[in-house]
Amino acid sequence: MVENRPILDFICHLILIVGVAIVVFPVYLAVIASTHGAFDFMSGLIPMLPGDQAIANYSTMLGTGISTSGTPPFLPMMLNSLLMALGVAVGKIAISILSAFAIVYFRFPFRALAFWLIFITLMLPVEVRIMPTFKVVSDLGLLNSYGGLIMPLIASATATFLFRQFFLTVPDELLEAARVDSAGPMKFFWDILVPLSRTNMAALFVILFVLGWNQYLWPLLVTTDPRYYTVVMGIKRMAAVADSYPQWNLVMAGVVLALVPPVLVVIFMQRLFIKGLVETEK
Amino acid sequence: MASIELKGVGKTYAGAVRAVEGVDLAIGDGELVVLVGPSGCGKSTLLRMIAGLETITDGTISIGGKVVNKEEPAERDIAMVFQNYALYPHMSVRQNLEYGLKNRGTPRPEIDSRVAEAARILEIAPFLDRRPRQLSGGQRQRVAMGRAIVRQPKAFLFDEPLSNLDAKLRGQMRVEIRTLQRRLKTTSVYVTHDQLEAMTLADRLVVMNAGHIEQVGTPTELYDRPQTLFVAGFIGSPPMNFIDVADLSSDNLTHVQAGAPGAKTIGIRPDGLTTTANPQAIRLETTVALIEPVGAESHIHVRWQNRMVVAQMHGRPGFAEGEAVTLYADPGSIHRFAADGRRIG
Repeated sequence: MVENRPILDFICHLILIVGVAIVVFPVYLAVIASTHGAFDFMSGLIPMLPGDQAIANYSTMLGTGISTSGTPPFLPMMLNSLLMALGVAVGKIAISILSAFAIVYFRFPFRALAFWLIFITLMLPVEVRIMPTFKVVSDLGLLNSYGGLIMPLIASATATFLFRQFFLTVPDELLEAARVDSAGPMKFFWDILVPLSRTNMAALFVILFVLGWNQYLWPLLVTTDPRYYTVVMGIKRMAAVADSYPQWNLVMAGVVLALVPPVLVVIFMQRLFIKGLVETEK
Repeated sequence: MASIELKGVGKTYAGAVRAVEGVDLAIGDGELVVLVGPSGCGKSTLLRMIAGLETITDGTISIGGKVVNKEEPAERDIAMVFQNYALYPHMSVRQNLEYGLKNRGTPRPEIDSRVAEAARILEIAPFLDRRPRQLSGGQRQRVAMGRAIVRQPKAFLFDEPLSNLDAKLRGQMRVEIRTLQRRLKTTSVYVTHDQLEAMTLADRLVVMNAGHIEQVGTPTELYDRPQTLFVAGFIGSPPMNFIDVADLSSDNLTHVQAGAPGAKTIGIRPDGLTTTANPQAIRLETTVALIEPVGAESHIHVRWQNRMVVAQMHGRPGFAEGEAVTLYADPGSIHRFAADGRRIG
């Protein structure tokens, strides 16, 4: 693969470019659509160049929403989504790193059983345990609250497993050196394990943030009050209107807005991520 | 600074595997004691038991007159240097040195002065703000020692600290450790499987085998009067030659039995074999198999009655491989062992 073979290079690039085009084209169309008037996309001739309604569309979406389809303004919905995604990502990391710490570093009865229970029960996706979860959340009076949005999604077997695998690679001598240096278990955790896990935490944060942001079914179930609607729900409500055409320009503006935070998170965390990968410390 | 005393110390793992048993050892204040033995002999386990990293299942360990069996490593006030250094990778050298002191609530000015002092002694001052991974093996080793020194503990425990270094650096660090220990006069226990390292460092050597102590003594005592076959074979390089008494001819046998009757095996150090004819000596008719020139001396591997015997001679004796050579061992220089491996005489 090192030799210089122009034809191979050309074919490789062609395939890659076609692949990128296929992925990017719908996103491009969404951006274009969000800059046109309400009926330009229904005319049968789909415009390929940006229109002049961008400011109007985006300000409508952020400020007032589409009252006819019961969609509240986007800005508060995005805040809700952000809160939920952050809560889920941070909560998952915090809980799973602590449980991995317990499983790897402490000898307690039924340790292996505890690990496998966490692992098996949470391998089931949210959808499978959605009825009992809903019942529990509703009995706790958490419907229509941020707690209800975040808490049922906050435990993660995958993250626990990842941290467990990482902790197993940390040399035992580090723990022993810390014990000789008068560091108790929690001090060892904060001063040594957490800093060493930074890279893992950054990677997990990206994945979990996007996962939390894209939650659809769960927010749909636990929220009936528009003050707690999330962006993904909002888009769904706009697109599914009765007895009229959806206002695609506005829907697409909403979609583009909903894209921005996860993209920002990926771009920002990627830096940390690569930095962490380059300076492997262990 | 303190003495360390071990009384009947043993360690049994679950499943009744006995890693260490019946160890009695008194380590004086300021002494450097080296635990040496083949892998799996329990020397590291014993060290870790002194450190508090392994539980003690039998006997007692006291440091400075106080029984520490139930105490955490931190409470024992010892410092340990690990084989792979175990430096905290995300902390600078300075933070590595400070960590233990900070955890003990040492006041800031004292931390600074102790770190500066340790950095000066170990010549690591230029690296204080680097991360461990930016240092070479020898420098990391120094930092690991620095982490022990700044604490000014009752004892240093070294767990094969030089085995990750190359031979040249190892020799150099060995001298440094010895000098440092003499200067600080801190009681030290040092574990190694390298008998050269053990001989050169130790005030006293403890040879361990299969979980128990074979012999304790100064390096010269162990070399000159090994009390068991195991110690005789373990200390010294090239190793001692062992000859079954039953294989000796009758006139040789008389020389052997003259010293002490009842010997089953005799041991001859390679430097105890000469080519100088002597009617009073044990005589071995041999054939030269291999000559290893080692600088100032040569190791002559010879074949005697289908077994290999090695002789160590000054200079280059000028034998040819395959040549017949008669070697003589003075009865005064041989070691006699009974059937149970104990020394006779």
